[in-house]
Amino acid sequence: MMGGLRKLIRSTAFRLAAFYLLIFGVSSAGLLGLVYWRSAGFTAQQIDETIAAELQGLNERYRLLGIPGLRQVVAERSGKQSQSLYMLMNPEERPLAGNINGWPKADLMPGGWMDFEYDLAVSGKTERRRARARKIDIAGGFRLLVGRDVQQRDELVSLIQSAFWWAGGGILAFGLVGGLLVTRSTLRRIDAMGAASQQIMAGDLSRRVPVNGSGDELDRLAASLNAMLDRIENLMTAVRQVSDNIAHDLRTPLNRLRARAEVTLMSEAEPEAYREALERTLQDADALLGTFNALLDIARLEGAADAGPSDIIDLSDIVADVTELYEPVAEDGGIALLAEAKPGAAMVVGDRRLLAQALANLIDNAIKYTPTGGAVRVSAVTVGGSAELSIADNGPGVPEAERARIFDRFVRLEADRSKPGAGLGLSLVRAVAQMHNAEISAEDASPGLRVTLKLPSAA
Amino acid sequence: MRVLVIEDDAEAAAYMVKGLSEHGHVADHAIDAETGLIMAETAYDVIVLDRMLPGMDGLAAAETLRAKGDATPILFLSALGQVDDRVKGLRAGGDDYLVKPYAFAELLARIETLARRRGDEPQTEIKVGDLEIDLLGRRVSRAGEKIDLQPREFKLLEYLARNADRVVTRTMLLENVWEYNFDPQTNVIDVHISRLRGKIDKGFDAPLLHTVRGAGYRLSEAG
Repeated sequence: MMGGLRKLIRSTAFRLAAFYLLIFGVSSAGLLGLVYWRSAGFTAQQIDETIAAELQGLNERYRLLGIPGLRQVVAERSGKQSQSLYMLMNPEERPLAGNINGWPKADLMPGGWMDFEYDLAVSGKTERRRARARKIDIAGGFRLLVGRDVQQRDELVSLIQSAFWWAGGGILAFGLVGGLLVTRSTLRRIDAMGAASQQIMAGDLSRRVPVNGSGDELDRLAASLNAMLDRIENLMTAVRQVSDNIAHDLRTPLNRLRARAEVTLMSEAEPEAYREALERTLQDADALLGTFNALLDIARLEGAADAGPSDIIDLSDIVADVTELYEPVAEDGGIALLAEAKPGAAMVVGDRRLLAQALANLIDNAIKYTPTGGAVRVSAVTVGGSAELSIADNGPGVPEAERARIFDRFVRLEADRSKPGAGLGLSLVRAVAQMHNAEISAEDASPGLRVTLKLPSAA
Repeated sequence: MRVLVIEDDAEAAAYMVKGLSEHGHVADHAIDAETGLIMAETAYDVIVLDRMLPGMDGLAAAETLRAKGDATPILFLSALGQVDDRVKGLRAGGDDYLVKPYAFAELLARIETLARRRGDEPQTEIKVGDLEIDLLGRRVSRAGEKIDLQPREFKLLEYLARNADRVVTRTMLLENVWEYNFDPQTNVIDVHISRLRGKIDKGFDAPLLHTVRGAGYRLSEAG
C-alpha cells in the first residue's frame, strides 16, 4: 500500500493533478475572498453610515431644541424595539436617556468609534451582545452615543466564513480525490502497457498493448506501439521462415549431394565416372547456391526499410527490355509474348534492377505454364493514381483456393512438381512489391492467371 | 598475365591462385590491403580485391591506388550484393564487381576480359575468322555474305567479338548487353545465343560461336 502510494506520488499524472489542484485552490480562494470582502465589508459600511446619519440627525435636533429636546427624542427612540442603541450623558456622568445600562467601557477609536459588548434583556434573561457605536461631545460636557447591535451581523459573517471553509475544503477534497482517480486510471493503463511489454519481452510476440478506442494520447501511443510490434513480428516471422526453409528445403538437396559424393567415393570407378559425379555435384552445388541467394535476397528485401528506391522509372522501358529478353524463349515454346506499354504510360519511383527482376520472374513463370499456341500479355498502364503492371497467361491458371499461396516461399503446387524451379520466384516478386509499397494480386484471367502489381504512380 | 589477389581468406585465395596458374596466369596473394598496395607497385595486369578486409577495406584500397595514378583494372569481390554496394565499388575505382559465392569460371572470364580491355584501342571493325563486323556502319558479313541482325543481336555479337577468343559468361552477357545484373531463372541468354548462332554459323562448315561447358561462350576461329 505504501509502495503504491509512493509510486502514485512520483507519477507524472499525479504531479500534474496536484499542480492543477494548486492553481484551482488559489483561484477559488481568491474568488471566495472577494465574495466575503464584498458582503461583510459592505454590511459594516452600511452600519457605520446609518450610525453617522442618525447621529447627525440628533445633533441637528439638539441645535434646534437644546438638551431637553434631544433628551426627549433619545428617550422616545430608546423606547422603540430596534437594533439602535442610544445614550445621552450629562457632565456629571449621569445618563439622561438611552437604552443601554451605563456608558460602555471601550477604547475610543479615531472619529469617536467604539466596539463593545452590552447586556440585553430578552424574555427575562440577559444576553451579552456585541455592538458598534460612535460618540460625539455636545457643548457643555454632554455626550451623545449612537450605536447598533452587530451581533446578528457578526453571526452572518461567521456563517459565511464557515460556509467558505466548508466549500474550500470540499473543493480541495474533491479535486484531490478526482485527481487521484484520474491518475490511478492513467497509471493503470500505463501499467497495462508495461505488463504487455514484459510479456512480449518474455517471448509472446503476439501480445499487443491494450487500446481502449478513446483516441487520446495514450491510445495513440498504444496504437503506434502495436504497429511497431506488428512490424517486428513480421520480421521475426520472416527470419523464422528463412531458417525453417533452410532446414527443410536446403537439407534435402544437400543430403543428396553428399550421398552422391559418398557413394562415388565408395566404388572403384573409372575416372570418367568420377568426373561425371563431380560435375553433377557442381551442378547441385550451383543450384543450392542459387536457392540460397534467392532466399537471402527475399529476406533482405522483406527486411529493408521502406525508404529504399528513389529513381523515377518508366515501367514501359522495363516491359520492353524484359519482354525482349524473354521473346526468343517464348517463341521457342510457340508462345506469343505481347507487350502493351506506351512510353510514359506508367511512371513509378523504384529500383530498376529489382522491378526488372520481378517482371522477369513473372514472365518466366507465365511462359512455363502456358501451353504451345498460347499467349502471355504484359501491360503497364496508369489507372487512377496507381501504375498497374500486369502479366496474364492463358494457361491452366491456379485454383482460387491456392491463389493466395503462390507468393509464399517454396510453394509449388502439386500440379507443377514436374516443372523446374525452387518455388522462390514469386516470393521474390512479392518482396519487391512490398518494398515498392505495391499491392500484388493474382486473379483468374479466364483462362489462365493474371498477376497484377499496383504501384503508387509517380506521374 | 599477372594477377594480384588481395583476399583475407587464405584458403579461398589459395584455390584462386591455383586455378589461375592452371590457366596459364601468374597469381600472387596478399593477405591485407596494406601488403597488397606495396605489392601492387610492381606491374600487374589485374587486381582482384576483396571488399571486406581487416584494417584498410577494399574500397579505401582502390581509392588509394587510383589516387596514386595506378590504373590497373580492379575486380571487386564481395559478399555484399546490394545494388548500392556495387555502385560504391565501381565509384571507388573498381572496374568490375563479383558477388560471392561465384563460379571460378566466372572469375576467370572476368579477369581475362578486364586485362584485355586495358589495351583496347578504339575499333571500327572487328574480324573473327571470315566474320567481319563494321562497328560504325553496324553491318555484319561472313565470307562476304551480308547477315541481317536485330539491334540486340548486334550488341550481343559486338560484345562477343570485342572479347574474341575469351570466355564470356551468361552473367557477363546479361550485364553488358542487357545492362541487368540479376539471375534469370531460365537460361534466356542461351536462347539468344542459339538465335545468333543460327544467323552467323548456319550453313558454314566451321562454327565461330562456341559453348564452353560450365562457363559460357566464346567467339573464336579456333574450336
